[in-house]
Parts: sequence; structure tokens; C-alpha cells
Amino acid sequence: MLLFPTMLTELFNLQEQQPEARIMAGGTDLLVALRHGPQDGRTIICLERIDELRRIDELEDGSVSIGATATFSSIARNTLLKERYPLLTQAAATVGGPAIRNMASIGGNIVTASPAADSLPALYLLDALLELRSAAGSRAVAIAEFILGPRRTMLQPGEIISRIILPPANGWSIQRFEKVGRRKSLAIAVASLAAALRLAADGSVAEARFAWGSVGPTVLRCAEAEQALIGKPLTEENLNAAALLAQRAVQPIDDIRASADYRRSVAGNLLLRLVA
Amino acid sequence: MKIQCNLNGTPTEFNCLPDRRVIDLLREDLGLTGSKEGCGTGECGACTILVDGLPKLACLMLAAQLEGTQVETVEALQQTEQGRTLMAAFSEEGAVQCGYCIPGMEMASLALLRQDEPLTREQIKEGLSGNLCRCTGYVKIVDAVERAARVKGEG
Ligand SMILES: Cc1cc2nc3c(=O)[nH]c(=O)nc-3n(C[C@H](O)[C@H](O)[C@H](O)COP(=O)(O)OP(=O)(O)OC[C@H]3O[C@@H](n4cnc5c(N)ncnc54)[C@H](O)[C@@H]3O)c2cc1C
Ligand code: FES
Ligand code: FES
Repeated sequence: MLLFPTMLTELFNLQEQQPEARIMAGGTDLLVALRHGPQDGRTIICLERIDELRRIDELEDGSVSIGATATFSSIARNTLLKERYPLLTQAAATVGGPAIRNMASIGGNIVTASPAADSLPALYLLDALLELRSAAGSRAVAIAEFILGPRRTMLQPGEIISRIILPPANGWSIQRFEKVGRRKSLAIAVASLAAALRLAADGSVAEARFAWGSVGPTVLRCAEAEQALIGKPLTEENLNAAALLAQRAVQPIDDIRASADYRRSVAGNLLLRLVA
Repeated sequence: MKIQCNLNGTPTEFNCLPDRRVIDLLREDLGLTGSKEGCGTGECGACTILVDGLPKLACLMLAAQLEGTQVETVEALQQTEQGRTLMAAFSEEGAVQCGYCIPGMEMASLALLRQDEPLTREQIKEGLSGNLCRCTGYVKIVDAVERAARVKGEG
């Protein structure tokens, strides 16, 4: 059975009646997983016709709210996001190919919690808050707390992500997303880097934030690499020093896409792209 | 379950299980065998169709999702000038070898041709980046879309 609620209240009623039902947004993870698993006939509740889950708007305090079922193509196109959070725009534009981006949602990307999920490094750096809703009410959780591990989140039964809230961007001078995959598109990242830097008037680094994807069980931050750049100009030499620290901090694995050593070296080299 | 949509310009109603994959619905139930299934998991783009004008993958969509939408498959190309130009460009540029990827390539290309701005080669490559071809090495396919875009500009 496939159900298409159009309102959140309707969704929560359906979930209460059928607690075993699966939730589907774009289906690009769920349907692939179901194809590989046994057919169990569980109901699927689709979120795609709930309009309020799709909207991207600015809130009164200057934050931006992104509905959980917003697709990566709508995120990549959105001018408000492009202006304030180009980091997320760039990350959204690297997900899969155009058809995948027309289907895949940011909420689905978060809930799947793959170590290679392209929205996550950007959401960590931008201090994204997730609004979780259920019949019982709503709560807000920071993205870094929500993700418990690879493919594990704190989402409770009967709960959905309703929206993602990005606090006002605090004057970043540079926001960049860099990704290396095995081929240019569709490629799940071998390693990715989200970077946000605030530069002082003299061009030296006042604040640096880095988050890597695909080089650990979840998104990886490296305070040492961030600290190493403070007060220094953004040169190849300084970035190299930070890259060495990052390479020590990451915990990559070997898999069919790349070896751990290759991932480690790419993780460092991605930093150098900030001056390329 | 009864599902209504506009399929290649014609209001259409069909009966099928709501969770039938759209690729199976098109090919097996409706006899529209132009769309191909390559991988069945979103990787190859051979099953690309347009839903409300947007390229989507028929192997990762379920029939009930089509309710109330406008669906276009490769079979619709022959109905329009733009579609015929596109097909002609593919054959004139020698962009078709085994042909398996072509229906998906053409549907992704059609969405590109409909954009307002003139198309750069880079945009064409990006627009086709979800479509794999094992035969041609892509250059001639990009040439073909460029040619179709040129014809559009002249027309
Ligand atoms: C060919 C291909 C290429 C891909 N390339 C990339 C890539 O480059 N980068 C990348 O990061 N990912 C990639 N992916 C993975 C996938 O497309 C993304 O993770 C996508 O964002 C998932 O979103 P969805 O809407 O399709 O999720 P769905 O498949 O609908 O759902 C995924 C999971 O999340 C749950 N869920 C969805 N929305 C909500 C919600 N609002 N609240 C609670 N639970 C929810 C579902 O129940 C399900 O368990 C690719 C997938 C394919 C098939
Ligand atoms: S068959 Fe749908 S993407 Fe390959
Ligand atoms: S022509 Fe054979 S796969 Fe493209």
C-alpha cells in the first residue's frame, strides 16, 4: 500500500494506525534498499504531497528554514540559499546526476546518515538545527547530536524531520564544498570537505571551520587543523601544515571505492584547493 | 488502484498496484518499451522520463506517484518538432551505437533544450552526467545535443 497524506496531522494519524509503515520522500535510498531486501508488503507513506514540508523560507530572526522534502535540485537553485549558504548550494549540486537531484531530498539524505552523505558536512559547519515532529509535538536537535553513527540517528518511531533550520550565517568570507568521487557525477564521495572561513581585514584567518565526509564513520571535524590557521594568511604552506594535522585525525576505511590511504591523502589535499 | 495522469499528451487512466515500479508499468502494462532498464538502482539513467517536465528515474518511482502528473517518455519525441530535431541530431552526429542508453539520453537532453538560456557544452555534459553510455565515449552525444540546440536557436 502507498499513502499520500497532504497534511502533517493526516500523516501522524496514519503513522499511529500503521506504526510499521515506512516513510518515503524521494525514494532514492529507500527503493534501492527495498529492491535488495525481501518483499514484506509494509505500507509506504509518501511525504511528497505535504506542501509545508517542501518550502524554503526566511524566518523572522534571519534564519532560513528548509523543508525536509526539498529536493537537492530545488536547494541548488534557490537564490536565498545561494546568497547566504553557498556551501550548501555547492554540496547540493554535487549529489548524483540531475534526475537523482530532482528526486532526492535533504531530509532523506540526513536520515540515511551515510558517511558519504553530501549534505552533512555543510550542515555541521552551518550549525543546522533539525525540527523533529510527531503526533506528540516537536523538538529541535543539532545535526551533530542527531547523527549517532553511520546509518544511525536519534529519530524515534512515529517521528519525522519536518525542517532544517540554518541560523544566520555569521559573515563567512569563504564557503566551499569540495568532493572527490570515482567519476565526476553520481559518484558517492571518496572524500569530501566543507570549509567556512572568516578572514580579518589583513587577510589572515580569524575563524576556520572544516568538516570532512567519507573519511570516518560520520562527519569529521578537526579542531587542530582549524586552530593551526588562526592568525595566518591563507597560503599553500599554511594549508599544508593544517592538512598534515587533518590527515592524522581522519579515520578512513578501505572499501570498493578507495583505499584508506588514498582517502587520507585526498582529505588533506582537499584543503589545498582553497588556494587553487 | 486507478491512476490518472497525462501520458505523452493524452489523458490516461490505468489500473495497477500502487507500488508497481513506473518502469514496469510503462514497459509491461502500457507497452511503452522505449524507456530502458539498465541497472534498476538509479545509476545509469537509461530509464529517464520527464515528470512535470523534470527528468526522473522510472526505476525508482512507484506508479501511484504519477497520479495527476504530466508524464513524457521517449515515445513522445516524434510528436513535436523539437523532439524530431533532437532524434535527427542524434542520428546525424552518429551518436547512437547499441542504442540502449539513447532513450534516457534523449529525455535528459529534451529537458535541457527546453531551458531558456543558450546551452554551453559544459551545461550539456552536466545535464547528461546521470546517463551512462558504454559505447560512444559521450563526445558525439554532446555534439548531437549541441546540434539540436543550434537548430533551436536558428528556428
Ligand atoms: C544513483 C544514486 C546516486 C546517489 N548519489 C549521491 C551523492 O552523490 N551524494 C549523496 O549524498 N547521496 C547520493 N545518493 C543517495 C540518495 O540519493 C540521498 O541520500 C538522498 O538524499 C536520499 O533522499 P530521498 O528523499 O530519496 O530519501 P528516501 O529514499 O525517500 O528515504 C531515505 C530514508 O530516510 C527516511 N526519510 C526520508 N525523509 C524523511 C523525513 N523527512 N523524516 C524522517 N524520515 C525520513 C526514509 O524513511 C528512509 O529510511 C545517491 C543515490 C543513488 C541511487
Ligand atoms: S535503470 Fe533506472 S537508472 Fe538505471
Ligand atoms: S550507445 Fe550503447 S550504451 Fe550508449
